Amino acid sequence: MLLAFDWTQLAQQIVIGLASGGVWATLAVALVLIYRSTGVVNFAQGEMAMFSTFIAWSLVHHGLSYWAAFALTIAISFLGGAAIERAVIRPVERAPVLTVVMVTLGLFFVVNGAARWLWTPETRSLPNAFSTRPIDVAGVAFSIQDLGTIAVSLGAVFLLWLFFRFTKLGLASRAAAVNPEASRLLGVRVSWMLALGWGLAAALGAVSGMLTAPALASFDQNLMQPVLLYAFAGAVLGGLDSALGAVVGTMLLGVLINLLGTYVDWIGTELRLPVALAVILGVLLFKPTGLFGRVSAWRV
Amino acid sequence: MPDTPLLELEDVTARYGPVAALHGVSLSVGEGEAVAVLGANGAGKTTTLRAVSGTVRRGGSIAFAGQSISRRSPESIARLGIAHVPEGRGTLTELTVHDNLRLGAYVRRDREAVREDERRVLGYFPRLDERVSQRAGTLSGGEQQMLALARALMLRPRLLLLDEPSLGLAPLVVAEIFRIVRELNQQDGLAVLVVEQNAALALEASSRAYVLEVGKVAVEGDSASLRRDESVRKSYLGY
Repeated sequence: MLLAFDWTQLAQQIVIGLASGGVWATLAVALVLIYRSTGVVNFAQGEMAMFSTFIAWSLVHHGLSYWAAFALTIAISFLGGAAIERAVIRPVERAPVLTVVMVTLGLFFVVNGAARWLWTPETRSLPNAFSTRPIDVAGVAFSIQDLGTIAVSLGAVFLLWLFFRFTKLGLASRAAAVNPEASRLLGVRVSWMLALGWGLAAALGAVSGMLTAPALASFDQNLMQPVLLYAFAGAVLGGLDSALGAVVGTMLLGVLINLLGTYVDWIGTELRLPVALAVILGVLLFKPTGLFGRVSAWRV
Repeated sequence: MPDTPLLELEDVTARYGPVAALHGVSLSVGEGEAVAVLGANGAGKTTTLRAVSGTVRRGGSIAFAGQSISRRSPESIARLGIAHVPEGRGTLTELTVHDNLRLGAYVRRDREAVREDERRVLGYFPRLDERVSQRAGTLSGGEQQMLALARALMLRPRLLLLDEPSLGLAPLVVAEIFRIVRELNQQDGLAVLVVEQNAALALEASSRAYVLEVGKVAVEGDSASLRRDESVRKSYLGY
């Protein structure tokens, strides 16, 4: 029985899981970015990513190649995210957390409505970003699409990490997130750092959306809603205040859900979302800080 | 004292929401001068510094180097060369000592000189030098106060605002911090405005002093004579 176990299939399923996890990871890191700087979960993150994906679709529709549209959409999304912060988050900067949460919920419906108004309901699809051919690695056939998705997601997150770790601006925005009062005294324009964070989060979300869409036969304005849930579940699993945790959490979740769907008959594809929600619940009950999260109240 | 002081507050008021904390404070700090602000808890000492650095809602006129700063944001006031070591030290606990120092020089563009300055300030505080890659939150209170001072110096400030540097620290650490402040003031000509509960210490480190009482200047004079004036000592300074 054990000998009959198909290791090739297991390897393939793990890679497929990592590919979904990678797409979720980019959105999850966007959530962490906002959580760390603004202190709330941005419920509109998925809708913003969906909006970005529609922009990419329009660009492709007007004749741009996928990757040209990809780059341009990231730039547009960055500006859009920063503009959203300036327009709707800045006025409630000093408001209680619940107010800000309500604003992001409102933003969810505004962005969704705007996308429905701008783009009529018809079937849309994005071209495949990668070759659909399989590639042979050590005797196992993997899809280039999956491997490419993993590489682009992790690459985007890695670039962001380089920015925060090694640039002065990145350092200043980390400082602004931990201690805005003290950072202001050092000359850091804290308010602009928030806008920068929202811009970067929107850009990451755009990556997530543009990697999600091509894998689907067609997509509509509800494209990113399940992705947001998976991203949130993965981020909670990893610890909402840790970007590394969000990546590890979503990748684990991607593999877990895919393996459960493959090997446990009664889960299949229908119970994937409930599994993600069960993970959120389990983590919140037994380890609220997640795998990598830190307790926010440090004794000093 | 030169004609135009480096810092001049005239009839400055400040409030926290509906509560007024300063009722018209006037004081000045000359170029290269060390000035102390004394007074009981709640007299408005911390608020005076916050009015200067722009971290409290304020009125009246505040001029720095002849330029009005009473409507400027804290960010742009820092960029003019005013370094504020705030109450509670403002340690960026999750960042390393080195990153804290780098951020002290955030507004400066002269990279080479910044690196040199980091070596110089770490020379003042060997204990920080040993912990340069440690997270600042792991430092002791005294070390964090040293870090706060070192970080402020990284700005190459023209004026240093110090809020209760002695608070909660062991006497030896306090002595060391004040020794360095005095040295910076006397050798490098750095202007200092220091707020202190510990009046004896502050009067020794300054050339002039103001005593605040409920948001107003009650007494002012040169530190040496205030120290000798028994009635002032008894009624305001409590020692």
